[in-house]
Amino acid sequence: MPPHPFRNVAVVGVHNTAQARHLAGHDSASIALLGALGALADAGISPHDVDGVVGPASAEIALELGLGPCTRRPSALGIPSVLDAAALIATGQCDVVVVAAGGAGIHIDPSTTAPWTRPTNELVVGFGLFTAAEFALMARRHMLTYGTTPEQLAAVAATIRTNGHVNPEAVYYGRGPFSVDDILASRMIADPFHLLDCATTSEGGCGIVLVSAERTIDSPSPLWILGGASDSFGPAYAVAPVWDFRPQPDADTAGRVGARAARRAFSMAGLTPADVDVAELYDPFSFEVIRQLETFGFCGDGEGGSFVEDGNIGPNGSLPVTTGGGTMSFSHPGINAQQLQRVVRAAQQLRGSCLTNQVEEAEVSLCSNGGAGALFCDVILLGRERP
Amino acid sequence: MTLLQPQPRGIPVPRPSVHSEKYWEGSRQHQLLYQRCAACGHIGLRAFTVCARCLATSPVWERSTGAGALYSWTVVWRPPDPSFKVPYAPAVVRLDEGVWMLSAVIGCEPGELHDGMRLAVQFHAISEEITLPYFAPPGR
Repeated sequence: MPPHPFRNVAVVGVHNTAQARHLAGHDSASIALLGALGALADAGISPHDVDGVVGPASAEIALELGLGPCTRRPSALGIPSVLDAAALIATGQCDVVVVAAGGAGIHIDPSTTAPWTRPTNELVVGFGLFTAAEFALMARRHMLTYGTTPEQLAAVAATIRTNGHVNPEAVYYGRGPFSVDDILASRMIADPFHLLDCATTSEGGCGIVLVSAERTIDSPSPLWILGGASDSFGPAYAVAPVWDFRPQPDADTAGRVGARAARRAFSMAGLTPADVDVAELYDPFSFEVIRQLETFGFCGDGEGGSFVEDGNIGPNGSLPVTTGGGTMSFSHPGINAQQLQRVVRAAQQLRGSCLTNQVEEAEVSLCSNGGAGALFCDVILLGRERP
Repeated sequence: MTLLQPQPRGIPVPRPSVHSEKYWEGSRQHQLLYQRCAACGHIGLRAFTVCARCLATSPVWERSTGAGALYSWTVVWRPPDPSFKVPYAPAVVRLDEGVWMLSAVIGCEPGELHDGMRLAVQFHAISEEITLPYFAPPGR
């Protein structure tokens, strides 16, 4: 067997900055910079040892920290930005890469939903589409096809929001606990999504440091990328979000976006869904978690509703999900950080450093980004054992 | 009574691209146009230059009868922008020709919306240049 492609890549530092509804004095680049510095401090690595920066603020970070000449990758978001960083190291282009993201000063008009939720593409803008409505169109089709219920959607939101309620680092710390009835009693946003079925918006940054394996000698608990891949069907929020759309007659449907990515990630890792101890799933809307559980193979098609209703995704369930509160309660800084934060939380779980809802002896974590309403979905598997 | 209605003028207006100008021109003349590959008949999710199935570069515009069935919907109560009047019902409609249309349902109550509901196109202008194709129960 050839060696694992990421055998020589380790994750040695992660950090979340303060997260809040509003962080005075910051813009997206400055809070991303704090995310990068925090992750480097966590890794015990001097910023001046960095030779690669990945993320939307990479240009500003390279300048602010005086890293030039360094490698810069500005385009990738979330999980793909971590995979890009890993590839830079695996291919010998870099030795120390920091991935950083942050959002601040973007959502300043309270009469509108956050700017990143309301794209202006020509086929959707006139019909008042925004992310909640796009994801609702996918959720509705699943409900019609499989009988998935609003109570099952609410079970996801109640679980994740209660995870945030107990997390002192969450923006919505202490706001719960939440029951299914609490979720269903909140005002309707885009049927079937109530207010509490939807992500919040906030500000914050985060960072992740990856190094070549030779440098892990300084790290007490390096983590490893066991597998990762991405699925997309095209531009998000530009065309009708059709669950049953197949670009080719034999292709999987758009409603199952992420299925191929998960298969590839598990194959790279030599693992199956049964090997995952904790899943830090991206939670823009409650239904999306049900869909991902099916799509990634944690349960069968149409079984996600009963899977979440049976308590499997709670902190003491068979598969704890989004244990820090996710975008619904921990933070949702927009654009990118909220996606990268799933990886930060997974790393904290595997190190055993979570303040709350620590999964005992977690060896393998799956994280995801995106969702059917956006026509993309990314998957990464992190573990404690070097592949 | 909460009759779903077309949006008033003042909402954000779509900006046609070089590929979609004909579609919007059709809408302005109350004709629902879609593209089909002249070689294999494939229909995409929007106007295209290359057929995703057979790779031919000969899409042709065709006129839909405007009849179709409701495939999925949502009822929005918190709009992305205060210019939208709530509630409104974004929807995916499957035209009888096989086209997936993103639109909104009007002319009925939110509670009447159901899977497979028969719908017909209805045009409403939102600016001098842009007319939107909405869908309503036939005859309403």
